[in-house]
Amino acid sequence: MKAPLRMAIRSAAFAAALGLFFIVIFLLAALFVKALPVLDMRLLFGDTPPMEAIMGVRPVFDGLFPAICGTLLLVICAVVLALPMGMGAGIHLALSASPGTRRRIGFCVDLLAGMPSILIGLLGFSIILFLYRYFPFITPGLLPAAASLACLILPYLIRGTWQAIHTLPPELMRTALSLGASPVQALRHVLLPAAKPGLTGCILLSVGRAAEDTAVILLTGTVAAYGLPSGFWDPFEALPFFIYTTAAEYSSQRELAMGFAASLILVGLCGGLFGLAALIRRTVQLKIFTGKLS
Amino acid sequence: MANHFFPAREKGEKIFLHFCGFSAYFTFCLVLLLFGFFLFFAFPLLKSGGYFLLLVTPWQPLAGNYGIAPMIAGTGVISLLAVCIAFPVSLGAAAFCEADLAHKNLVRWIRPVFQLMTGIPTVVYGFLAVFLLVPFLRKAMGGSGFSILAASLMLALLIAPTMILFFSDAFRAVPKEDLRAMTAMGARPEEKLVFLLLPRARSGIVAGLLLAAGRAVGDTLIALMLAGNSLAFPSSLTEPARTLTGHIALVMASDTQSPEFRSIFACGLTLYLITTLLIFFCRRLMVAERENG
Repeated sequence: MKAPLRMAIRSAAFAAALGLFFIVIFLLAALFVKALPVLDMRLLFGDTPPMEAIMGVRPVFDGLFPAICGTLLLVICAVVLALPMGMGAGIHLALSASPGTRRRIGFCVDLLAGMPSILIGLLGFSIILFLYRYFPFITPGLLPAAASLACLILPYLIRGTWQAIHTLPPELMRTALSLGASPVQALRHVLLPAAKPGLTGCILLSVGRAAEDTAVILLTGTVAAYGLPSGFWDPFEALPFFIYTTAAEYSSQRELAMGFAASLILVGLCGGLFGLAALIRRTVQLKIFTGKLS
Repeated sequence: MANHFFPAREKGEKIFLHFCGFSAYFTFCLVLLLFGFFLFFAFPLLKSGGYFLLLVTPWQPLAGNYGIAPMIAGTGVISLLAVCIAFPVSLGAAAFCEADLAHKNLVRWIRPVFQLMTGIPTVVYGFLAVFLLVPFLRKAMGGSGFSILAASLMLALLIAPTMILFFSDAFRAVPKEDLRAMTAMGARPEEKLVFLLLPRARSGIVAGLLLAAGRAVGDTLIALMLAGNSLAFPSSLTEPARTLTGHIALVMASDTQSPEFRSIFACGLTLYLITTLLIFFCRRLMVAERENG
């Protein structure tokens, strides 16, 4: 290969990587700069005293507190709903499924992971409509949205659990079984503790996924202004939806800056979770390769 | 760990195992349920052959036409453009990270940023673009700035990390012995990239491309916020358009018998079929690769 061609290839790769790098840095910097003027306690609580807002004594009107609480509640509900199912399915696929089942269900897991989130939202929405005819108390709200989000993060949990158990050295299981443990005991006392970092990583990843998604909650129960939800069927506010509505209908510079601040918080939350997950995954790989499994 | 024989000793263990099996099949059923739902609601259209008619007719509610052809065109153009922009950039970035082209320390600084990119929510990309990219396009190109171009550019940014991840994995899967053999014969990093890494990583690259295309087709918020959501057929890149996903988000009809509602499910069915096809081919490629190497 001639030198000019080599040079061209190298500079193209440099241009692509550095260009992408600087665009992302620029976007994050712009986000930070625009959000800076409103980064204080008023951003979260508006004019309500913080303690009273946290205790729920007085509602918060122009702060992000209800949106942050809504997102947290939503994510917690979604993970609580999806975690047992996801881990159960992952364990089944990793340990006791036949190759055929593994292939079939594996395909479905991949399909669900690649499904556009709006389709899952649409499914949730039509199920709510369908059930509303027979059970009028079922309306778009916190629980239906969390259930839809649970469907969204289910494939990530399944894949994560499956991978975490599958990548363990096979001697672990064999040793535990030969010492007289039943397979479920081996799973509980040996495999799951050894797979803990991998499991934590996949849970963090799915929390991040649930926190960032907008399309699902757009169809299943989030509203622009409601305050704290008081029950499972109440509508709720959420950070991503706040960002979406601010982009379209902000009325003052302060509201716009609050949109940037909300974006910053969301990026911090999701980026932090994803980064933590990546860090844990790297530690796991190190542990597996050096054989130090404690 | 291939252990297909996994018996239980006590009753509790049996219940636990049954629960695990049930969860696995639940996922299976969920995917079928999703398909069934779209089929059920779009069935009246399918029966009369109207589904295929919808795919080619425009959206003119006053004339009684609820076709989704403009949305299919919008989705197609925006996703295709996004993939075309993102592919060379991601390939370059992945080569930068994996092919020894740059100094190790530089890569160590840049790679985490690409990893961080996977964690940036789509709504944030949309929000930033509304206030940074759209005014710029408005000045540069005229019009409102909410256009196919704006949506494609941001979508390219969204799918780039997915592609980089896949390409990097594909490059890393090339056996180290082959790389060392080429080095021993005096090959430069660029030559190793072009003659060894790229040909060997081909199926991984195509799989990443398909998966990223799936993400581009399925993303809602960027297209909804940036593409302008016009219902006309797009005639140039600076004009607004509407995607299938955006259409679903915008048409919130609660009357299940209305033609608008049915058209949403026609959109949903179309999206489902596109996604299924892309993932099917992606998986086949990955499986074929695993069997070969």
